[in-house]
Amino acid sequence: MTKNIKISSIVKQKSSRDDLTMRVCMLVIGLFLAIAIILPLYTMFSKSLENKVGDFIGISNYIDYFSTPSLFQSAYNSILISVIGTIIVLLFAFVYAYALTRTQMPFKWFFKIVAVIPLLTPSMLSGISLVYWFGNQGVAKSFLMGESIFGPIGIVMGSVYWVFPHALMIIITALSITDARLYEAAAALRTSKIKTFFMVTIPNCKFGLISAGFVVFTLIFTDFGVPKVIGGSYNVLATDIYKQVIGQQNFQMGAVVAVILLTPAIAAFSVDRFVQRKQVALISASAVPYEPKKSNRLDLAMLIFCSFVAFLIICMIGMAQYAALIEFWPYNLSFTLQNYNFDLVEGGGWGAYFNSIQLSVYTALIGSIVIFFGAYLVEKGRGFSFGRNAFHAVAMIPLAVPGMALGLAYIFFFNNPNNPLSFLYGTMGILVISTITHFYTVSHLTATTALKQMDQEFESVSASLKTPFFRSFQKITVPICMPAILDISVYLFLNAMTTVSAVIFLYSANTRLASVAVLNMDDQGELAMAAAMAMMIAYTCGGVRILYAIGTSNILAKTQKWRSK
Amino acid sequence: MHSKNAQPYLKVRNLTKKFGKFTALKDISLDILENEFVCFLGPSGCGKTTLLRAIAGLDIQTYGSISQGGKDISSLPPSERDFGIVFQSYALFPNLTVTRNVAVGLENMGIGALKVQQRVDELLTLVDLMDQKAKYPAQLSGGQQQRVALARAMATSPGLLLLDEPLSALDAKVRGHLRHEIKELQRKFAVTTIMVTHDQEEALTMADRIVVMDNGVIEQIGNPEEIYSSPKTKFVADFVGTMNFLPAIILSTNTAQVGDIFLTCNTEDLPVGSSISIAIRPEDIDARNTTNSDSNIVQIEVLHLEFLGSFCRATLGHGDLKDVSMRADFSISITRQLSIKVGSKLKVSLPSKYIRIYLTD
Repeated sequence: MTKNIKISSIVKQKSSRDDLTMRVCMLVIGLFLAIAIILPLYTMFSKSLENKVGDFIGISNYIDYFSTPSLFQSAYNSILISVIGTIIVLLFAFVYAYALTRTQMPFKWFFKIVAVIPLLTPSMLSGISLVYWFGNQGVAKSFLMGESIFGPIGIVMGSVYWVFPHALMIIITALSITDARLYEAAAALRTSKIKTFFMVTIPNCKFGLISAGFVVFTLIFTDFGVPKVIGGSYNVLATDIYKQVIGQQNFQMGAVVAVILLTPAIAAFSVDRFVQRKQVALISASAVPYEPKKSNRLDLAMLIFCSFVAFLIICMIGMAQYAALIEFWPYNLSFTLQNYNFDLVEGGGWGAYFNSIQLSVYTALIGSIVIFFGAYLVEKGRGFSFGRNAFHAVAMIPLAVPGMALGLAYIFFFNNPNNPLSFLYGTMGILVISTITHFYTVSHLTATTALKQMDQEFESVSASLKTPFFRSFQKITVPICMPAILDISVYLFLNAMTTVSAVIFLYSANTRLASVAVLNMDDQGELAMAAAMAMMIAYTCGGVRILYAIGTSNILAKTQKWRSK
Repeated sequence: MHSKNAQPYLKVRNLTKKFGKFTALKDISLDILENEFVCFLGPSGCGKTTLLRAIAGLDIQTYGSISQGGKDISSLPPSERDFGIVFQSYALFPNLTVTRNVAVGLENMGIGALKVQQRVDELLTLVDLMDQKAKYPAQLSGGQQQRVALARAMATSPGLLLLDEPLSALDAKVRGHLRHEIKELQRKFAVTTIMVTHDQEEALTMADRIVVMDNGVIEQIGNPEEIYSSPKTKFVADFVGTMNFLPAIILSTNTAQVGDIFLTCNTEDLPVGSSISIAIRPEDIDARNTTNSDSNIVQIEVLHLEFLGSFCRATLGHGDLKDVSMRADFSISITRQLSIKVGSKLKVSLPSKYIRIYLTD
C-alpha cells in the first residue's frame, strides 16, 4: 500500500460544467447588482466630498450642512415625526394584529382586507385626502382646533396611514409564531391573563415589535410623498434633497443630505438583520400552534377597536375617491368624471398612467426572474462560497438605501457622459433598473426563504442522477417555488406602481409616471385630478391583488395533489 | 464469503475532513469489496455521514483520496461520480409522480422514451409499487416513499448505492419490515452498498460488515458477529448491544479483583496492578450452571427486576460485588424456576470465556 500521500495536499474539488455555468450566471447578476447599486452609491458618496467644479474638498460640504440652521432643522424634523409616527403605528398595529391572531373576533376577513388598502396607493394619496378632510376648506377642519394640517400633524397622520400595513404584517407574523404549550403551562401554573400577556406574549413577539419599529421608522424617515403634499413649509430630509437638486440644482448638497438620510436607514437595517437572526431560534419544531379561545368581552372590545381603525382607513381612501369624483370642492359637489381627463393638465396625462403600467409589468417580469434566479444560484450553488456570500451581502444593500438616495445616486452615475451606460439615462430602462434594485432585498429574501424550505438534498439527488441544473431548476425548483415567485412579482408590480421616491429624479418627458403625475398635479393645485390619478393607481393595484388571489388559489388547487397541507 | 485477494471496489485512503478548526474525520482508510453491504455505525456526530458525503463528493474531504472501481474519484464533483443515493428525507421531487421520479435519471441518459418506460416499470415491479405509479409522493406512506427513493437511486444502475439513515424517519414496525426488504433488493441488484445508521440493530441485521465510528475515527471493522462478540474497544463494547462494565484491578496473570471477589479472565499481557474494566453482556451471566468450580461464581442479591416480556432484566449487587452493580438477563423460565424476585440472594456465574477486559483510562 502506498503511504506517500502528503498530508499537506488539500484536495480541491473539480468543478463540474454545471458549477461553472452557475458561477458565470451568478457573476452576470452580481455585475448587474454592482452597476445598479454599488457604483451609483459610490459615485454619490464621492460627489458629497466635492465642490461644484468637481474638486475634492473633504467633508466641508458636511460642515456647511450642519452649520446651516435651516438644513439642520430638517434632520431634527425628520427624526421627530419618525419617532412620533413609529410609536403611534406600533400601538395601533399591535392591537390590530393581536385582534386578528389572538382573539375570536368576528369579521376577521374584512379587517384583513381593509388593512391592506394603504399598500395599494401611493403614499401621496393620504396627503391629498388629508387636505380634503382638514385643509383650509376641509370638512373636519375644526377637529384640529386651529392647528394647520400642513406641517408635522399632517405628515404624522399621513405617514401612519400608509405604513400601517407594513408594521401590521411583521407583527402578525411575530404573533403567529408562538407555542400554545406556553399558554397551557402558564394557565396550569395559575398565572393571571394579564401576567401571562407580559410574561409570554410580549417576550415572544418582542423581536417582531423591534423589527417593525425599525422598518416603520425607516419608512417614515425616508418617505417623500407625504411631506411633499402635506408638509407645507415644514421641511424634512427627503423634501430637502428634492429642493436642493430640483429646485436649486445644488447636486453636492443633495448628495450630502442623501448620505445623511442613509445613515439612520443603515443603522435601522443592521439592527433589523440582527433581530431577525435572533428570532429564528425562538420557535422549536415541536411547537403547537395557538388557538384563540372565545371571550365575549375581549372580542367585543377588539371588534370596536378594529372597526375604528378600519373606519379611519376607509375615510382616507374614501375621501380621495370622493374628491376625484366631484366638480369643484367645496362649491360644486355634483358628480363628474372630468377629473379623470388627465390630458387637460401638464404632468403626463393618461400617457403617464400607461407608462406606469409598462414600468410595473417590466419590473415584475424581469425582476422576479432575475431575483429568483439569483437567489437560486446563491442558495443552491456548490462551492465558490466567497462569491455566494458576497452576492448575498450585496443583495441586502438596497433595503438600507432610501429611494431618494438611490434616485440621486443614479443621476450622478448614469448622467455622466463618460459612463458607457449613460445611454440608459432618461429611458424606461433606467426606471425599470432602479425599481428592481430599490425593491431587490425583500424579493431576494422571499425567494431565499422559499428555496431554504425545499429539501436541501434535492440538489444532491439531482447531481447523482446527472440532471443538469437548468433542468432541475425548471422542472423541480420553479414549480415548487411558484407561490413565492408570484408573490415576488406582485410585490414588485405594486411597488413599481406606487413608488415615487427613486423615479422622481429619473423620469424624462417620455417616461412620466402616474405616481409622479400625482405629485405634479398637486404642485399645480389640481388636487382633484391628483386624487383621481392616485385612485387610478389604487384601482390597478387592487385589480392586480385580486388577480393574484385568484391565480394563487388556482395554482394551489391544481397542485394540491402534490403540495402537502 | 470474500476471498482475501479480491481487489476492493472502493478504496478510501487517509481521509481527513475539517470544518474550520473542527476535525470531523481523522485519517480514515477503508476498503469496500464489490457487492458488499457495509454499515457505518456510530452515535450522532461521529463522522459517519461526513464520510458518506465525502464518498459521494457532496462535501469534499480536506485531505486523502478515494478510488472507485480502480478510478481515482478524489476530486470529482458528485455529478461525475457513479452512485445512487437515498436520504433520510427521501428527497423525492414532490411535484413529480412516482413514475416521473424514477424516470428522472434515465431521461438524462438519452435513451428512448420506450426504454425509459420499460426500465421504470421493471423497477417499480421490483419494489412492488406498480399500482402506485401515477401517485405523487405526498400521497404515499413513508415506507412506500422510501421504496420509490430506492428505485430512483437504482434506476441508472449505479455501481455504488449510498443510504443515509434511510429508515430513521419510519415507525418501528415498518422499519423492521423494510430492513429485510432493502437487504433483499440489494442482493437482487447486486450493488455495492454503504448505509449510514446510528441504530445498531439495523447494522447488525443488515450489514455484511460494520464500520463502527466514534469521534471521526474508525473504532472497529468487522462482520456483525465479530463486532458483537469481540468488541475491540470499550467504545464498541458499550455502543453495540448492552454491556456491564465492572471496575477491577489485575491481581496476577489471568486474575482480577472486583469488589470482594477474584475473577478468572484472560488478562492478555497487561501488567499486574492495572485498573481495568471487566465487560460482560447481561445475557452471558448464568444463574443455572453455578456448580462448576471454574466459572467465576459470584454471590449476589437481586436489587431490581424489570419485566421485559420474554425475559427479565435484573440489577444485581451487594454480596461479593459490594457497591458495584450489574445487569443480567434471565429468561422467564429461569426466573420462575429459581423464583427470582427483588431481594433474592443468588449465585451466578460469569463465564470467563465471555469476559472481555479493557484498560481504564
